[in-house]
Amino acid sequence: MPGFGLTMGVTAFFLTVMVLIPFAGLIIRACGLSWHDFWKLATNARALAAYKLTFGASFFAAIGNVIFGTLLAWVLVRYEFPGRRFIDAMVDFPFALPTAVAGLTLANLFAENGWLGKFLVPLGIKGAFTPLGVVIALTFVGMPFVVRTLQPVLEHLEREVEEAAATLGAGRLRTFVTVIAPTLLPSILTGFALAFARAIGEYGSVVFISSNKPFGGEIAPFLIMMRLEQYDYTGAIALAVVLLVFSFILLAIINLLEQWASHFQN
Amino acid sequence: MAGHVKKKSNGDSHRQSRRGTEESPVVKWVLITIALAFCMVFLLLPLVNVFAQAFGQGWKAYLRALVDPDSWAAIRLTLIVAAISVPLNVIFGVCAAWAIAKFNFRFKSMLITLIDLPFSVSPVVAGLMFVVLFGMNGFLGPWLQDHPLHLFGKEIEIKIIFAVPGIVLATMFVTFPFVARELIPIMQATGTEQEQAALTLGASGWATFWHVTLPSVKWGLIYGIILCNARAMGEFGAVSVVSGHIIGRTETMPLRVQSLYEGGSAASGAAAFAVASLLALLALVTLGLKTLLEWKQTREFERSQQAVQPVRHNETAFLKREDFR
Amino acid sequence: MSIELKNVTKQFGGVAAVNSVSFSVNEGELMALLGPSGGGKTTVLRMIAGLEMPTSGDVFIRGQRVNDLSVQERNIGFVFQNYALFKSMNVSKNIAFGLKIKKWKRADIKERVAELLKLFGLDGLEKRYPHQLSGGQRQRVAIARALAPKPSVLLLDEPFGAVDAKIRQELREELVKLHHDLNVTTIFVTHDQEEALEISNRIVIFSRGCLEQVGAPREVYEQPANEFVARFIGVMNVLDTEVKDGVARLGELQFPANDQPNGTRLRIGFRPYAVQVSTDLTLFPYRAVLRHTFFLGVMLRLEFELPSGLTLRSRMTKEEYAQLGLEDGKEVSLQIRNYRVLAKEDSTLPPEKEFTYQPPPTIAEHI
Repeated sequence: MPGFGLTMGVTAFFLTVMVLIPFAGLIIRACGLSWHDFWKLATNARALAAYKLTFGASFFAAIGNVIFGTLLAWVLVRYEFPGRRFIDAMVDFPFALPTAVAGLTLANLFAENGWLGKFLVPLGIKGAFTPLGVVIALTFVGMPFVVRTLQPVLEHLEREVEEAAATLGAGRLRTFVTVIAPTLLPSILTGFALAFARAIGEYGSVVFISSNKPFGGEIAPFLIMMRLEQYDYTGAIALAVVLLVFSFILLAIINLLEQWASHFQN
Repeated sequence: MAGHVKKKSNGDSHRQSRRGTEESPVVKWVLITIALAFCMVFLLLPLVNVFAQAFGQGWKAYLRALVDPDSWAAIRLTLIVAAISVPLNVIFGVCAAWAIAKFNFRFKSMLITLIDLPFSVSPVVAGLMFVVLFGMNGFLGPWLQDHPLHLFGKEIEIKIIFAVPGIVLATMFVTFPFVARELIPIMQATGTEQEQAALTLGASGWATFWHVTLPSVKWGLIYGIILCNARAMGEFGAVSVVSGHIIGRTETMPLRVQSLYEGGSAASGAAAFAVASLLALLALVTLGLKTLLEWKQTREFERSQQAVQPVRHNETAFLKREDFR
Repeated sequence: MSIELKNVTKQFGGVAAVNSVSFSVNEGELMALLGPSGGGKTTVLRMIAGLEMPTSGDVFIRGQRVNDLSVQERNIGFVFQNYALFKSMNVSKNIAFGLKIKKWKRADIKERVAELLKLFGLDGLEKRYPHQLSGGQRQRVAIARALAPKPSVLLLDEPFGAVDAKIRQELREELVKLHHDLNVTTIFVTHDQEEALEISNRIVIFSRGCLEQVGAPREVYEQPANEFVARFIGVMNVLDTEVKDGVARLGELQFPANDQPNGTRLRIGFRPYAVQVSTDLTLFPYRAVLRHTFFLGVMLRLEFELPSGLTLRSRMTKEEYAQLGLEDGKEVSLQIRNYRVLAKEDSTLPPEKEFTYQPPPTIAEHI
């Protein structure tokens, strides 16, 4: 086949310019820091608070996505109801919508005079400018992940296995818990990890809905922004490296999970 | 279930061909209702709210907000950035997919991992990378400042950060893998037989690519472009870092939404939603095109058995997991 | 009797997959549901299991009408074509599944599982997961799992479908032995008529949703109830003859048809073993040349060509073949020892009318 030289050359060029050099730049700069300084910048009180919010909110958002995502995937695959195709298409909406718009509209909805806030705030559920708001925004952003990961798996589920369980006397709920759920577990975990990874790096939507105040309203990416604005480059870089390390660990875990999932299905 | 008085099977067996292996209708509809309620709150309400707030001050205010010079500048800038970054990413994507799918070489999986990297990076970190490279304290920043371009007798300073080129670079980084990741599996699935057949018939490499390869991946390609474009126009974090938020000059639409929102007044708030509504419209169009593409793809596949199996086996797999990061 | 179906019909959409089928299964019987693909046999099996509900008609198990009984309550064992083992459970847990549901005591479950492992030769594999087993092992686990709760009926859907030919033979024998030892009523679906003939007590033959015949293997082979069965079971020579002057003719072949008017078309069929062969060219009335010899293991199938171009199939053992000194190209004489009329067309009826089937077999002498 012709064209290897050309295409490989273009590919290598783009990769170098767009990926390798930017990464290298960051790593080189980070290495310029002494270990002591790095540690101080990466783990000062404000940074720790940012990690707490980022990882905590991401975790809960991912859990929420698992619960409702599994439900949604099940309902979309197994049942027929009016509007099914529409909902199926709309599941990708959080992915197609720019994050800034997502944050804007969610903050507005849950604010005191918003459509939902009107009812929820008097009940004590403050969804705007609070950590809860961050969870809401991250749930929105991560929604397609669990659903889209589970749908193909559900579709290829052998119905005969469920029938076999029924012939052996298992009722519907029991069949779901003992036969179906274990098969779905690897994929559910994968979806969780994907949603979690996405949530950790999320910036746009959170910025609109969070109070962004340090020690409780500030997520890690926002802190990076703040440090940049104050020309604290080294501080920003230290934090960025921490986030990168976590992202790569998560990436490795996700790859392992996916291998486990495909091994299980065969 | 024993002891229940069941309906005669004659009546409803034509609706259900299975029994004992399906949930009772009550359970089904409860689950459906909960799922729909969740979708209402998390999908439909936010969408509708964007438009409701945008038109909150009336039609005239809406149009005025869009025509506002700074907002218009933001719209223009977004379009320009997309017009530059998307085609470049398409070129990269096509080349990478061709190299990976049609040839065998040793470090292929490493290559794919590298292509995937931008997905796993937080957009703010991405923007930071470019600041590190091109910022005033960066590697190349001072050098660029000291070496302006001499074109047509004029001195043109090359500014990357806080200028359009930086925004283009940041946007390109964030949307880098989309087209490649779309095309690689498709091209791998089609194999090289068709191209080899074309070559034996005397076609040149270019002709083969143009007449044989491209048509077989056209839906995937269009799809990748749509995805890449949606993401490019909507990118916030990375652009936020590199742009400097200079109103009227380096604000893209998402950034404009933010600055209007922070403006504080009711009018600027509504204006923020007005600009946001355009982006929401973009999202809807993207989804609509995606649905259309999948429908066309399944129809084409059904019609010709010799066609390549579409990578997406069902109408719901809009995103492969790699797209998510 | 153990199981009875009365006028059972199953419609999917507007199509009747099963059309008013009635038959009964005796306690302890090994019964085959046989027929070509789409014949409705799997649907019938699933209706007995409760995995499908009849559109009309009744299903009885041990005298009790079970139409409204769910799958879970019917106490049947079902083995699926692709085994449907629980992938997330090991062999022991798969087999124990039904027992856990019936709330057996833990010690009893352990005992029963051990008993079944031994019976099926699965000792040592208890901790393995389905993906670590071979096809034959998986099938045995599937059968063990179905039998563990001591069901009143064992149903198998194409149990030998997914397996190699050699293993099929072994599994067939194992199934017969199992049925003999456990004496549980067993019904299996197959499209392989040799299989059905070989191991079942009785066969039910389906075609396009309709029941064609129920009977023991020999009965079905020697006295097919209609043309479909005659042609489906075993090999058959089929000739479309026309009556002229009281004799049904096709080429050189002639069969007596005294009472038939001229122009009547008779479809005549006879098994290969009915064709007698001799190397003495004067002994039998029809001359033929041996064109092909097919080696089928114990028997040989022979294809003879007559001067008119007709082909007849016969069969004999290797010994007979050697004794006659036959080889491809040899000239022989043939006679057709017995035959039957499969169908008759009345020339007074318009040509589009189908052949009407002829009742019970007639053994006639050759001319």
